[in-house]
Amino acid sequence: MRGVLCWRAAMVLGIAAYVAACEREVRPFQTLPVASARSQHVTMSPLHPGDAPPPSTGQNSPFRENAWGISEGKRLYNYYNCVGCHSNGGGGMGPPLMDDRWIYGHEAANIFQTIVEGRPNGMPSFRNKIPDQQVWMIVAYVQSMSGNARYDALPGRSDHMRYSTPENARRAQVPKQTGPR
Amino acid sequence: MITRVVLVVTALLAAGCHGNQNVFNPAGPAAREIANVGWFMFAVCGVVYALVLMALAWALLRRRDASDAAPPTERRLTQTVVAAVGVTVIILLVFMVSAVVAGRGLTSPRGPGAITVDVVGHQWWWEFQYRDVTPSDFATSPNELHIPVGVPIHLKAISRDVNHSFWVPNLHGKRDLIPGQVTNFWIQADAPGTYRGQCAEFCGHQHANMAFVVVAEPMDKFQAWIQHQRQVAQEPRTDEEKRGQQVFLQTTCVMCHTIRGTSAASRVGPELTHVASRLTLAAGAIPNTRGHLAGWVVNSQSVKPGNRMPPNPLASDDAQAVVTYLRTLR
Repeated sequence: MRGVLCWRAAMVLGIAAYVAACEREVRPFQTLPVASARSQHVTMSPLHPGDAPPPSTGQNSPFRENAWGISEGKRLYNYYNCVGCHSNGGGGMGPPLMDDRWIYGHEAANIFQTIVEGRPNGMPSFRNKIPDQQVWMIVAYVQSMSGNARYDALPGRSDHMRYSTPENARRAQVPKQTGPR
Repeated sequence: MITRVVLVVTALLAAGCHGNQNVFNPAGPAAREIANVGWFMFAVCGVVYALVLMALAWALLRRRDASDAAPPTERRLTQTVVAAVGVTVIILLVFMVSAVVAGRGLTSPRGPGAITVDVVGHQWWWEFQYRDVTPSDFATSPNELHIPVGVPIHLKAISRDVNHSFWVPNLHGKRDLIPGQVTNFWIQADAPGTYRGQCAEFCGHQHANMAFVVVAEPMDKFQAWIQHQRQVAQEPRTDEEKRGQQVFLQTTCVMCHTIRGTSAASRVGPELTHVASRLTLAAGAIPNTRGHLAGWVVNSQSVKPGNRMPPNPLASDDAQAVVTYLRTLR
């Protein structure tokens, strides 16, 4: 009797574990709703009058906890040549993305804004050139570069020959706002 | 009932011996070598199978007589088994030699090669690049390999992402495309025709929809085709075509596709310089018609879920204009 109970409990736990893992791998190929999930207006400056900072929008990328979305973001990061200026996170012509310093904000909405609107001194605007759904994927990947995404959704390897520390083996950085250089 | 089953089976067997994308309908020397080995093995195995069944029937049906009262001697049994094993080993050796001889025939071309084509496998489409000493004479033909008839074609195959396999059953066996490695092989078509090819190594979500066509045509027709493919895209003429080009260059399309003669030059997706001249869209998934093209541009994910092209929520007028423009790119 006890054996049967144990076995049942193990089965329930096993199913629960599988179900919990589903979200990580969801692939919304045809969903357009994220396309309408435009970024809300975000605060551009770290300076503000008074003690309290302006409220954060708290808007997250729909792919923040999705392993497929993050790996697609990683592919698009190469496709759309983000790698040309930011390299594989270490930076080059553009600032590094895998460290803890954020010039224009580390929140998903800020990064979305940076990609879509561009920033002074070189970051081009990708408005109309990248569908919003894919921008959110890139946002999730950029956040994952410094370890700011769900751990089990982080990419574990790269699809090229050159070795680099996989995202899920990097130390998570605590974001610091640095303001424009 | 039995007659009907026999009829159906016979029809199926007969249908299996001709037609497109069929190993038993070789259209080139390489495929013929493979088909010959296949038929040889089939014939020998068929004879062996028939002999085994006959021996079994004989053992079951033979009349028993007085001599069976004494058990068979160990010696006689051993002789039979040794003879059977010896014959099997010889047959397998003959198979091995015939396979090696056929394999040697596949590796080297007969006669001088006419052209070299670079085959690039992508998830989930094919790219065929015709190189030339003059860079401006390069031509790229996604999902459609045109070759002249009767001459060996040198193919250099690589993959941009995962393993793929190039398989045109009428022309050659499967040849794997491996990232970081060049696979060299030769194909030759002896008769003009359109041969379907297919990726034969599981490569992800849309592996089944990763097809292509090989169009074999006489040398003069092939030369005309390649000359045309080398040209830059046709300029838009009407207002709608001009608007279509503008939409193409100002929105998501330009991020992945090339149209030579315009500022669109990304190498991520298939080149569209002569997209309207091709037989199929989406690597053989849909025919190249205006309706299919429009559906593909707006929401390719409903046609081929998981493919790399995102849904493009264009305004209705813009979508129509882009499709009109793309249809002019002959």
